[in-house]
Amino acid sequence: MGVEGIGASVVRKEDRRFITGKGRYVDDIKLVGMTHAHFIRSPHAHAKIKSIDTSEAMKMPGVVGVLTGQQIVDDKIGNLICGWAITSKDGTGMKMGAWPAMAPETVRFVGQAVAVVIAETKNQARDAAEAVVVNYEELPAVPDIRAAIAPGAPQLHPEAPGNVIYDWTIGDEGATDAAFKSAANVVSLDITNNRLVPNAMEPRAAIAEYNEPEEHFTLYTTSQNPHVARLVLSAFYNIAQEHKLRVVAPDVGGGFGSKIFIYPEEMVALWASKKVGRPVKWTGDRTEAFLTDAHGRDHLTKAEMALDKDNKITGLRVKTYANLGGYMSLFSSSVPTYLYATLLSGQYNIPNIFAEVISVYTNTVPVDAYRGAGRPEASFVVERLMETAARQLKVDPAELRKKNFITQFPHQTPVIMAYDIGDFHASLDAAMKAIDYAGFPARKAKASSEGKLRGIGVSCYIEACGIAPSKAVGSLGAGVGLWESAEVRVNPVGTIEILTGSHSHGQGHETTFCQLIAERLGVPISQVQIVHGDTDKVQFGMGTYGSRSAAVGLTAILKAMEKVEAKAKKIAAHQLEASENDIVIENGEFKVAGTDKSLALPMVALAAYTAHNLPDGMEPGLKEGAFYDPTNFTFPAGAYICEMEVDAGTGRSTFVNFVAADDFGRLINPMIVEGQVHGGLAQGIGQALLEGVVYDASGQLVTASFMDYTMPRADDLPSFKLSHTTTLCPGNPLGVKGCGEAGAIGASAAVINAITDAIGNNKLEMPATPDRVWHAIHG
Amino acid sequence: MSTVKLTVNGKAVSAEVEDRTLLVHLLRDHLNLTGTHVGCDTSQCGACVVHIDGRAVKSCTVLAGQAAGSNVTTIEGIAKGDELHPMQAAFRDNHGLQCGYCTPGMIMSAIDIVHRHSGGQLDEATVRHELEGNICRCTGYHNIVKAVLDAAGRMKVAQAAE
Ligand code: FES
Ligand code: FES
Repeated sequence: MGVEGIGASVVRKEDRRFITGKGRYVDDIKLVGMTHAHFIRSPHAHAKIKSIDTSEAMKMPGVVGVLTGQQIVDDKIGNLICGWAITSKDGTGMKMGAWPAMAPETVRFVGQAVAVVIAETKNQARDAAEAVVVNYEELPAVPDIRAAIAPGAPQLHPEAPGNVIYDWTIGDEGATDAAFKSAANVVSLDITNNRLVPNAMEPRAAIAEYNEPEEHFTLYTTSQNPHVARLVLSAFYNIAQEHKLRVVAPDVGGGFGSKIFIYPEEMVALWASKKVGRPVKWTGDRTEAFLTDAHGRDHLTKAEMALDKDNKITGLRVKTYANLGGYMSLFSSSVPTYLYATLLSGQYNIPNIFAEVISVYTNTVPVDAYRGAGRPEASFVVERLMETAARQLKVDPAELRKKNFITQFPHQTPVIMAYDIGDFHASLDAAMKAIDYAGFPARKAKASSEGKLRGIGVSCYIEACGIAPSKAVGSLGAGVGLWESAEVRVNPVGTIEILTGSHSHGQGHETTFCQLIAERLGVPISQVQIVHGDTDKVQFGMGTYGSRSAAVGLTAILKAMEKVEAKAKKIAAHQLEASENDIVIENGEFKVAGTDKSLALPMVALAAYTAHNLPDGMEPGLKEGAFYDPTNFTFPAGAYICEMEVDAGTGRSTFVNFVAADDFGRLINPMIVEGQVHGGLAQGIGQALLEGVVYDASGQLVTASFMDYTMPRADDLPSFKLSHTTTLCPGNPLGVKGCGEAGAIGASAAVINAITDAIGNNKLEMPATPDRVWHAIHG
Repeated sequence: MSTVKLTVNGKAVSAEVEDRTLLVHLLRDHLNLTGTHVGCDTSQCGACVVHIDGRAVKSCTVLAGQAAGSNVTTIEGIAKGDELHPMQAAFRDNHGLQCGYCTPGMIMSAIDIVHRHSGGQLDEATVRHELEGNICRCTGYHNIVKAVLDAAGRMKVAQAAE
């Protein structure tokens, strides 16, 4: 195919509206008669609500209504659900406490909504919120895992004794213990995986409109999966019936997982729009984002690795405490379990693995999926252990990895995953070459002669993308299927619309999805349009997260496309009086192979719709749909190597070089793929060096603005050197694997391994701020 | 309430606003110029950068009244009709944006950076340093830096041609 097909770095179609300021994000939308909501949020981490007095606020200018948590309970609006059921090792289910959209009785984290003011303007709503008097009785709070599981700790939910939600295990405990008993060497490490805030640049927002005679709701929302939002809002929350609710997620300014979930504000906006009889808009500010967006990570782990006398790994044992915050968010339970522990084999042949995960309630914002969702935590554990093992055994870290790489595929790990394909040597070799690994000792010596500490850190990650298949995830507790749907609509004039259940919030689907059609039909991408993000337009979908858009979403489009092509070929054959098997598609034309007879796509399309001359019995029209349920996860993998210099005097770490060698299978648009990697690397490096949520002992969020929470800025990051090695994914016809999370999964360990190598001290936690590094050096 | 008169993207406008109204809200809510975004409440993110009398300013730190009488240029006002500003074109060509939310502020800041360094050669370190007031969560800045350097060249050429 020509310049716009698969593999071409086509510039993005969607960019024009973004670079000219014509994007349409939720906050840009105004509806006639629209009112504005402002939430009243708890200043306490744990408290009983004694009373709420709204009488003064009701008299304030512009106020249309003040609604409280008790009213939402009285109206029988459902509690927020968790959509993935986990069973504890004793066979019992999750000990889940209720999470009402606004708290009627008890608040369990700072920022939890207790009431909402609806007013004519945003400022009026804010002013009136000042006049709402909430009387709290403070309760003792437990903002971190250790405090929450300590004997006698305050109870958050009566359902969860000791604040433990579940205690889950995977793997063979006995066999793993035996491997440790007979090990020649054992390496162990205590690891804190710091809590992060996703911080998509667009704050969450929602506009709800209720049409009374139709009993119909419309919700504009900043969502990564509008259909799932509609399903959950209707099936579980009792707000609207599914066919009476339209959810639109227009341009969305980044998600990184935090916009997968259904949040209280969307529920309240819908419910309130009916109560006040006017459209209701809520736009969060940045502090609200810090206080209420689902946070990421937050694990405490004890990890151990057993090796035999030849330095082959014989066992891995992990005990992890996961902080899920004050309530269980939509996918929270799956993140530290099936998305985390099932990747603990990394790229290595490890015969015995046993993991235990204890999830805990604390007085903090709920924790859920954030870029990588469990895989970064797993990769960090494995890659820190590998590095530590190499140092303990005094062998080269790259060599130790190579010695233990999986080389035969498919490979069944002891923790569920069956890796389909990969070439881990190829990516590590590529990264070592790119950074001149062999020349490092000389560079280190030179740096040291100049009084600088130089270190190199390797990280070989693997990820499981495109969570699947539905049957398997269902058996593991998932409440939804993880297929994707698509429809390809060829219009009578030959232009094409692709309706997809994937949702683009920066990933460039409007371009890459069109590239598939360009490839298949030989038409320019300008002739193709993506339709997404609106439940009234697209029949169904599962949204975008877990790097599933290409492997699952695009394959669904391909399946629909194959049906369209088959029918179009029949029509062309009929019109050209040829055999269907002789029709080939080239440059937008249907040709009879070996002749000069051909019919352009618009003529085929027109024939399909005029229907005057179709094969006997053929249904008119040229549009087809498909649902695609993958047979397995896909397994992108790669090697990252980071070279850092540390100033012993200040503890400041500076990048010398960062190289990435990834295997994503087939690349649809290499330019976009690399952009995805850059963004992921920035988040992984941000976690390693800068970002970390801080709660004080009383549960106040100390890092609640960009002034207190360090976001990576241009000056904090290097330019990255990327390369690709390729093994085609055998699990889908396109051979694609997914690339969105890779950088965030692999980068943190590379950075921390480099710094600990430089300072010769392994006791370093993320974020490795200059202060922490200085203390690690100087004791 | 007071009436604020100013020039926005070359057009004289006036709006009746509360005294506490910020320039960014005047632009977004009263003039429907929604290209200028709000990403924070502490003037840290730069999503709201516009030009006031030719200088890049965070429009969330300026009261609408303070901008009275000035010349404001927003992201909607930098292309010449269908012809993109060289910075806009460079962002697209270098894949300097993903979700596009930070992009208007980035582009407005970047144009100012190039203007302020028009005499000398702009290098990567300078661009990275000068972008510190703008946060992008999507791109890792790699391609934004490339775009700014690319545009610096294009803007010189464009100027020479003028
Ligand atoms: S909105 Fe102005 S700096 Fe963030
Ligand atoms: S492109 Fe999304 S924040 Fe910059």
